[in-house]
Amino acid sequence: MDIQDPSFWRAGAVSTTLVMLVVLAFLSVDSMRYITAGGINVPGYEVINQHIGYEYDWNRRADVPVIGGPEPLFGKVVAPAEAAALMRTGKLVIQGRACMDCHTIFGNGAYYAPDLTKAWLDPAWSQIWMPMTGKATREEAMVEFLMHPDKYPTWTRAMPNLGITEAEARATVAYLKWLSAIDTNGFPANFGRSMQ
Amino acid sequence: MSTAAQPLYRSQRLALRYFTAAIALFGVMIAFGLLSAAYYLFPSMLFNVFNFNTSKIMHIDILVIWLLMGFLGAVYWYLPKELGREVAGIRAAEITFWVFCLAIALVAATFLFVQYGSANEFTLWFINQGRKYVEAPRWAAIGIVAILLVFSWNVVGTCVKAHKMTGIMWVMVLDLIPLVVVYLDAFPADTNMSTDLYWWWWLVHMWVESTWEVLIGCIMALVLMDVMGTSRRIVEAWLYIEVMLVLGAGILGLGHHYFWIGTPQYWLAIGGFFSALEPLPLLGMVVHAVYDAGMHRLRTSNQPAFYWITAEAFGNFIGAGIWGFMMTLPQINLFSHGTQWTVSHGHFAFYGAYVCGVIAVLYVAKQRVTGVPLLAGHTWRWGFGLLNLGMVGMVMALLLAGMAQAFYGRAIGGSTLMAFTTASENLWFKSGMYARMLFGVIFAAGYVALVYDLLRAPRSAALPAAQPQPA
Ligand code: HEC
Ligand code: HEM
Ligand code: HEM
Repeated sequence: MDIQDPSFWRAGAVSTTLVMLVVLAFLSVDSMRYITAGGINVPGYEVINQHIGYEYDWNRRADVPVIGGPEPLFGKVVAPAEAAALMRTGKLVIQGRACMDCHTIFGNGAYYAPDLTKAWLDPAWSQIWMPMTGKATREEAMVEFLMHPDKYPTWTRAMPNLGITEAEARATVAYLKWLSAIDTNGFPANFGRSMQ
Repeated sequence: MSTAAQPLYRSQRLALRYFTAAIALFGVMIAFGLLSAAYYLFPSMLFNVFNFNTSKIMHIDILVIWLLMGFLGAVYWYLPKELGREVAGIRAAEITFWVFCLAIALVAATFLFVQYGSANEFTLWFINQGRKYVEAPRWAAIGIVAILLVFSWNVVGTCVKAHKMTGIMWVMVLDLIPLVVVYLDAFPADTNMSTDLYWWWWLVHMWVESTWEVLIGCIMALVLMDVMGTSRRIVEAWLYIEVMLVLGAGILGLGHHYFWIGTPQYWLAIGGFFSALEPLPLLGMVVHAVYDAGMHRLRTSNQPAFYWITAEAFGNFIGAGIWGFMMTLPQINLFSHGTQWTVSHGHFAFYGAYVCGVIAVLYVAKQRVTGVPLLAGHTWRWGFGLLNLGMVGMVMALLLAGMAQAFYGRAIGGSTLMAFTTASENLWFKSGMYARMLFGVIFAAGYVALVYDLLRAPRSAALPAAQPQPA
C-alpha cells in the first residue's frame, strides 16, 4: 500500500462511490413506503374529506398533522378517483403558474412569499381574508383570493393576478388542504403559535 | 506552454465561442439578479406585468445554463491538449453550439412574453414546467439532453480515437453518466409533491454537490497542470481523493434535503451526519492549492488565472463547505430552511465553486489566444476585487436577513403569513435587503471590469520577457 500512488486512491474512490450508491438505493426504496400517497407519512388524496389539524406531539418532539372527523371540502364528499383528479389539476396549476418561484412548499422554492406547506391552516383565512372577501367559509375565501389576489392584499408585497380560473382555484385549494396533512417531521415548527 | 506557437484546434475555437456565450449570459443573469432583488425594495414594481417569479426564473435558469456552457467550453478547450488530437465529431459539436443558443433564445422569449400557462400538459411541454432550476419547457429539456449526449460522444470518441486515457479523463468520462442521467429528472410532473421533490433533489443536489463538483475538479486539475505546472501524478492522486470524499459524503449528504418533505425520520440523522462531512474534500482542495502555490513560490505566468484558482479553492470551501455546514444540522435547518439564509449559501457556494473556476479558465484561454508569455498587469485586479467584494457583501447581508427570518419569522413568529410579514418588516431584514442591493451593484461593476479586462489586449510589450517556467 503506497499512499503516494494514485491507483490506491482510485480504488478508494470507486469502492466508496459504489457502496454509497447501493446504500442510497436501499434507502430510496424504503422512503417510498413513507412518501407515496397513502403511505406512512403522506395520506391518500381523499384526506380532503376530513378535518386536518397540526399539533405538538410530545413523543415525537415535533408538530404533527392530526387527521380528524369528516369535514368535506366545499361541503361535498369526493371519491378517491375524483380527489386524485383534483390533485392532478392542482399540481399542474402550481407548476404552470410557477408558484414555487415566489413561494416555498416544504421550504423548497423561492422566498419572496410565505411557505405554503400549512397554508390551509393559516389563521389569516378566518382573521383577514374571510371578512375581506365576504365569504362564509375558508375554502370559499381561498378560491376568491387565488382568483383575485391583487384585490385582497394584506401588506405592500401583494400577490399578482395569475389568471387562475375558478376550477383551477378549487383544485389548488384541495391541493393545499392535502399538503397540510403530510407529516413533515415538524416543519414548520410552532405553526400558528406566535410567542409575541 | 502558452506561447501561440501552434494554431488553435477547432475544438478550442469552439471553446472560445462557448466562453463568449457564457460570459454574455453571466451579464444577463446579473441583470435579472438585480431586478429580482429590486422587488424586495419596491414590491409594486411591474406588478401584474412582469412578476418576481419570472425574474427569478430568468436569474437561476441562466445561472445553470451559463455555467454549463463554461464547463463545456473548458472541456472543449483542454480535450485536444490532454489527448493530443482534434476532438472527434467536432462538426456535430459546432452545430450543437448554435442549436444551444437558439434554444436559449426561444425559452427566454417564452418566459419573458408568455410567462404562464393553464393547468395542462401543453404548458409543461411548451411554456413553463415550474420546477425550480428546471422551469424550461420539456422540449427545451430534451434539447439539453441532446446537447449533453453530443458532448459525451465528443469526449468518449476523442479518447477512443486517440488511443489514450489519462486518469483525469477516466474521471471525466465516468462523470458524464450521472451528468446526463440525473438530468432526465427534469421531465416528470408528479402529482405528489413529496415524491416530486424527492427525485427533484437527485437532480439539484447530485448535479451541484456531486457531478458538477467532480467535473470542476477535473477542469481545475487540468488548469493546475497548465498554469502552475503541477505534476500529473500529484494532480491525479488529489483528484481521486477528492472524488472519494465528495461522493463518499455527498451521495448520502443528499439526506439534508430530506428532512422536511414527508420522508422518514432517519434522514435527519443520515443527512445531518454525511453532509457534515461534505466540507472535508473542499478543505482538501484548499490545502492542495496552498501547497502548490508554496511549492512554486507563487511563480506563475498567468497571474489572474492563479488568483482565480485560489479564489475557487477558498470560495468553494467557505461558501459551500462552511456556509452549508452552518445550516446542515436538522436542529438549525428546521428554522433556517427556505429563508434568505439559504440564498446566502446558494450564492456563495455557486460563486466559489463554479464561477471562480470558469473565470480562471477564461484567463487561461486569453493568455493562449493573445500569445503573451506573462499575463499580469493591473486591470484584472479590478474585476477580481469588485466581484469578490460584491459577492461577500451580498452573502453577509443575506445571512443577516436570513437569521432575522429564522428567528422572528420561524422560531418566535410561528411561520404563518403574519409571521412572514413581521419578519420581512424587521429592521435587520430590511437593512439586509438594501445592503444586498448595494453589494449587488458593486458585483455588477466587477463584472464590467472583468469583461473589459478579458477583451482588452494585454500590454505584453511593456512586460519583461518570459519568466522561467516551473517544471
Ligand atoms: C409573484 C409572486 C407570487 C406568485 C407567482 C404566487 N404568489 Fe401566492 N402570494 C404571494 C404573496 C406576496 C403573498 C402574500 C399576499 C398578501 O399577504 O397580501 C401570497 C399569498 C398566498 C397565499 C396565502 C398564504 C397564507 O399563508 O395565508 C396562498 C395560499 C398563495 N399565495 C398561493 C399561491 C399559489 C397557489 C400560487 C400559484 C398558482 C401563487 N400563490 C403564486 C406571491 C406570489
Ligand atoms: C458546490 C457545492 C454546493 C453548491 C453549489 C450548493 C448550492 C446550494 C443551493 C443553490 C441551495 C439552495 C437549493 C434550493 O433550495 O434551491 C443549497 C441548499 C443547501 N445546501 Fe448547498 N451547495 C453546495 C454544497 C453544500 C455543502 C458542502 C453543504 C453542507 C455541508 C451544503 C448544505 C446545504 C443545505 C443544508 C441546504 C438546504 C438549505 C435549506 O434548508 O433551505 N451545501 N445549496
Ligand atoms: C448582482 C448580483 C446578484 C443579485 C442581486 C442576485 C439576486 C438574487 C435574488 C433576489 C434571488 C432570489 C432569492 C429569493 O428567492 O428570494 C437570487 C437567487 C439565486 N441566485 Fe442570485 N443574485 C446575484 C448574483 C448571483 C450570482 C453571481 C450567482 C451564482 C454564483 C447567483 C446564484 C443564485 C442562486 C443559486 C439563486 C437561487 C438561490 C435560492 O433560491 O436558494 N446569483 N439571486
